[in-house]
Amino acid sequence: MQVSRFWRTTGQRYQLVGEVCPKCGTKIFPPRDVCPACEAEAKTPFVFSGRGEVYSFSTVHNAPEGFEKYAPYTVALIRLEEGPLITAQLTDVDEKDVYIGMPVEMVTRVLREDGERGIIVYGYKFRPRREAQTQPLALAA
Amino acid sequence: MRDVSIIGIGQTPVGEHWDKGLRLLAYEALAAAMRDAQVERVDALYVGNMLSGELTAQEHLGALIADFAGLRGIEALKIEAACGSGAAALRIGYMAVASGMYDFVACIGVEKMTDQQGSTTTTGLATAADAEYEALHGVSFVSINALLMRRYMHEHGYKKEDFANFAINAHRNAVNNPNAMFPHLITLQQFAEAKPIADPINLLDSSPIADGAACVILAPTSIAREFTDKPVRVRAVAIATDTLALHDRRDPLYLEGAAISTQKAYAAAGVGPADIDLFELHDAFTIMSALSLEAAGFARRGRGVALALDNEISLGGRIPITTMGGLKARGHPVGATGMYQIVEVALQLRGEAGANQVRDARIGMAQNIGGSGATVVTTILERI
Repeated sequence: MQVSRFWRTTGQRYQLVGEVCPKCGTKIFPPRDVCPACEAEAKTPFVFSGRGEVYSFSTVHNAPEGFEKYAPYTVALIRLEEGPLITAQLTDVDEKDVYIGMPVEMVTRVLREDGERGIIVYGYKFRPRREAQTQPLALAA
Repeated sequence: MRDVSIIGIGQTPVGEHWDKGLRLLAYEALAAAMRDAQVERVDALYVGNMLSGELTAQEHLGALIADFAGLRGIEALKIEAACGSGAAALRIGYMAVASGMYDFVACIGVEKMTDQQGSTTTTGLATAADAEYEALHGVSFVSINALLMRRYMHEHGYKKEDFANFAINAHRNAVNNPNAMFPHLITLQQFAEAKPIADPINLLDSSPIADGAACVILAPTSIAREFTDKPVRVRAVAIATDTLALHDRRDPLYLEGAAISTQKAYAAAGVGPADIDLFELHDAFTIMSALSLEAAGFARRGRGVALALDNEISLGGRIPITTMGGLKARGHPVGATGMYQIVEVALQLRGEAGANQVRDARIGMAQNIGGSGATVVTTILERI
């Protein structure tokens, strides 16, 4: 596990820092510096609210290396309210209660651990949205 | 540009080859194809493979296999495009012969998967997806397809069991394929009760991990009959790409890469879906069969599953698919799969498909998909 590999994407994983296209206004996550809609250069940072809804979901029974101890767990495509889809795990919810269209919000959780001496990778997961919460969770830009 | 034909084909059985390493599997398929073509040398060798580094700690397959096969000195390269590697190797070989650079080229697809098992293989397969934004979140390759399948069922109103006939049809065809991994029938009840892998995908939606190698020998069509009575002309082999990550697609349920690849192939060959007598599609999971049929123009959006329900995909149906068992029942040695598809289409066009022969097959198509649709190779072959 290489420290720099995870360090350079902390903005994305901790705060959902993406980009906005200065030409057409498309919100972009993950950042890619070229707008997928109009192909203009898009390097302006944009912090997503972390709110969205479930577009699709699946429960993983046969997990890849490093994720075995978490299985079974539920992964999802989330439609963020600003437009993009994002791939993430769902948390704080029983799989049988998940449905397409369920409102969710981003939280920060451990994604994986690389043994006792390795890196602990933190990042976004999504949980059922708590309506009482009026402030977006990923404000810290 | 020169016209190009397949003058020889070879394949090993697909399965768990505990007694054979990658180089031996590749050699057996190559030797069979060279015998079939009655050639003793080739000018170049292109090896389609996805996971040799991940699973057997062996890269540099071009030189390795050329040397092992007694062809030391020739041009030889590994071609990698995830599960689309096999047919991608055909594309490179086709360009070499069509351009006039070489007269005789061997294109191999080979994969050795059973030296590892379980989570190591699952991790390897996930390298076809986006490492930073998909795999890091624990998404397996199966679950990426499961996300597609759940959404497809939601948008188009299908039940899980509606996908069963893709798997049942593939197994029925595998029974008569001596190289198939699972040459036995399955029932709707077995499909409905199969173990979940990544819900809604279960074991019988999924193609099996396997070892295997397949090979074709290419030559200019102008001299093909000097080597074989049954040359198979390569009317088109076209590659198109899409985003690696599902979440970056404009519409995840539309395989844009497959649509572009198919359109390029149709245009190059001067044919359309109505001219295709059989279609070896990339049924890694049942949902992929449905999406491929739609992207290739055999069904409208949301109607790919209906083709299976109406049994239009069987050997006597409107568009026979997976005629020798497909990925599901012949087996899916990932980087070799595309070459198996091409060899199987060639068998059909040569009239050598035995009990599974599609009647009067003249034009066949194969479509090999890397990842969840990021690389798509479409090949159209013709009996001449």
